[in-house]
Amino acid sequence: MTVQQLQQTLGWTAFHMADPGRQVTGGYAGDLLSWVMGRAERDCAWFTIMSNQNVAAVALMADVACVVLTEGVVPDADLLRRAEEKEVNLLGTGEDTYTAACRFRGCLE
Amino acid sequence: METIKLVYPVEGGDLIEAGEASSKMKLTLKKLGLPQDVIRRASICMYEGEINMVIHADGGQAEVEVDADQIIIRMQDTGPGIPDVTQAMQEGFSTAGQTARELGFGAGMGLPNIKRYSDEMKIETELGKGTTVTVRIKIPQ
Repeated sequence: MTVQQLQQTLGWTAFHMADPGRQVTGGYAGDLLSWVMGRAERDCAWFTIMSNQNVAAVALMADVACVVLTEGVVPDADLLRRAEEKEVNLLGTGEDTYTAACRFRGCLE
Repeated sequence: METIKLVYPVEGGDLIEAGEASSKMKLTLKKLGLPQDVIRRASICMYEGEINMVIHADGGQAEVEVDADQIIIRMQDTGPGIPDVTQAMQEGFSTAGQTARELGFGAGMGLPNIKRYSDEMKIETELGKGTTVTVRIKIPQ
């Protein structure tokens, strides 16, 4: 499944789509950035409530397919700018992280 | 492939802006056509080192050497040094301050992550003088 298919299927917000055709193969939820870098796998969807611009850098280094901001969190202007600069797919949803992850899991199956 | 040497200064003080050196290195490694997994591992090591330099040492410098077989990253600072390296290598141990924690850092995973994603890791540190973390990442042939 591609990031765009995921976003459209679940009706999530596309804050920035750098590479809509990128494949998503798994998921990871977490807000501690080093924890995410240690545990998240490449090409996953990363669910977080963190919205500062370091999120874009971590997404780039960990090579995740997309970031999903949950709980209605909106990226600040710096994160949006960084996502554009670093070509990071940045989505959002008003759902809580558990609900978003469960719906995502249903899509992957 | 000749050895390519790259040098990236790491600015201190501003954790929000941290990651520029790692981003530039990643871009260069991509241009060199290295395997994606190698680029990812090198990028994570460099980023964790960069964050540590900003949080603990007011910046520093990273030197990167790339040849056909390996990437060597040497991250050097003139910060306070690490009093107990064994303790610093434990997952969850951190001396980062409140600001770093509010931004999502300070989970005590920086050095453990560098070890996890590198093939070799060496820490040279002296109290009051600084710390140099050197990592080697092999490039599969």
